[in-house]
Amino acid sequence: MATLPTRHSGTRSGLVRATRETYHDRVITIVDYDAGNPTSVQRALRAVGVDSQISPDPDQVRKAERIIFPGVGHAKSTMTVLVERGLDQALRGAFAQGTPILGVCVGAQLSLTRSEEGDTPCLNLLPGTVRRFPELPRELKVPHMGWNRILPRGRPHPLLEGLPEENEFYFVHSYYLEPDDHESVLATSTHGIEFAAGFARANLAALQFHPEKSGPLGLALLERFTRWTPTC
Amino acid sequence: MLKKRVISCLDVRDGKLAKSVKFQGTVDIGDPVQKAKEYYDAGLDELVFYDITASHEGRGILLEVVRRVAEQVFIPFSVGGGLRTVSDAGRVLEAGAEKVNYNSAAVQRPEVLAEACRAFGAQCVVLSMDVLRTAPTLQVPSGFEVVTHGGRTRQGIDAIEWARRAEQLGAGEIVVNSIDADGTRQGYDIQLTRQIADAVSLPVIASGGGGESEHLREVLSEGHADAALVASMLHYGSHTVGEIKGYLSQHGIPVRASPSNGSTSRGK
Repeated sequence: MATLPTRHSGTRSGLVRATRETYHDRVITIVDYDAGNPTSVQRALRAVGVDSQISPDPDQVRKAERIIFPGVGHAKSTMTVLVERGLDQALRGAFAQGTPILGVCVGAQLSLTRSEEGDTPCLNLLPGTVRRFPELPRELKVPHMGWNRILPRGRPHPLLEGLPEENEFYFVHSYYLEPDDHESVLATSTHGIEFAAGFARANLAALQFHPEKSGPLGLALLERFTRWTPTC
Repeated sequence: MLKKRVISCLDVRDGKLAKSVKFQGTVDIGDPVQKAKEYYDAGLDELVFYDITASHEGRGILLEVVRRVAEQVFIPFSVGGGLRTVSDAGRVLEAGAEKVNYNSAAVQRPEVLAEACRAFGAQCVVLSMDVLRTAPTLQVPSGFEVVTHGGRTRQGIDAIEWARRAEQLGAGEIVVNSIDADGTRQGYDIQLTRQIADAVSLPVIASGGGGESEHLREVLSEGHADAALVASMLHYGSHTVGEIKGYLSQHGIPVRASPSNGSTSRGK
């Protein structure tokens, strides 16, 4: 079966479901900024036996042991909510202090410097631009929606170690990641053009696709993140 | 490159999996959550849950089924049948669905597509249309007419025009279900699917008539579809997800590697 090696083979029994009433200081925190459905990520983590909490609170993000920064939506409106809640500063602070962060889809995009979507200034955790797909041949539709293969690039990254050549992940996006430093590209995918499917720098990893919707391979990748020790 | 998707449609009535034949009568054939998990494990790409009775009996959406599926199935799935408003859609998405399907409600009030698109993004909004072959008229020049309410009500709307309109309103995807082919297992309506796929730049999902793997190959190539829905082929056990995908792959259709067909095990 096409799975990455995982530590957990199934769901641990007796899981405590983290709720807003039972915040812990040192658990995986999923950033809630009204951008799509953070419970999808929480369910996927639960399936690999890992507790998480969903939080809109910048203090919880600062204190988090690990952060997942998911998101679906328009760059401008999602960025506005981040700033209103003080989550932009919290994420920058967490990044600076070395907290492992996983950006997913819009979360990955907002980690770069600027998005062409609404000409939006973003978090600038890594210098780069989020660009609109160019005009493509008619059969290549935008949004790029569905299952596509990724090709690891650059130095091997622990998140992708052992990834089968025949892999597919679920993408839904009209804009793509373009980090300034090509060395930071984790993997690429192709839809008319070759684009970054993810990038990583120090304690930040970011994925354009949705691991929480990408079947066993996606779950394995999420599980990897929960025990990833970044080497800076 | 993007893979062609194999999607299974689970018609749900009173929380049970049902199968209709030409929209006339249904039989219960099992637990939709269990089926969904089984297909997920076998490497299916996506699921659609359709509440087949909601539209004319006013039943609510099967939120409990959606929640149970979302706990166990980690591929995209959509929910339709009886969705009327944006808040109906919101509840389904909150319960864990990735997308919502509008059918009859969009015909009655097309603006609902635009409203849902503004609220959740186009990638969440699927227009599902039931289409009947009719004699071409001034109103329906293509001879493909939109019907609603489980195929019982003719709308005098041309399916090709309706697809174009849905795209303008902000739908992100279109399911084209042929009433003539539905349940026959004699193959998809290639001509219908192709005309709609060529008329819009949205992904088009062919539905109705799949009985053999070859039918999927046909509609995914000659029919220009991006995805094909299967129901009875899988529900009655005549085919597995792995067999269908294996066939497609051997015949040059790019599909996501299915864990059950062994083609993914070579790794690095």
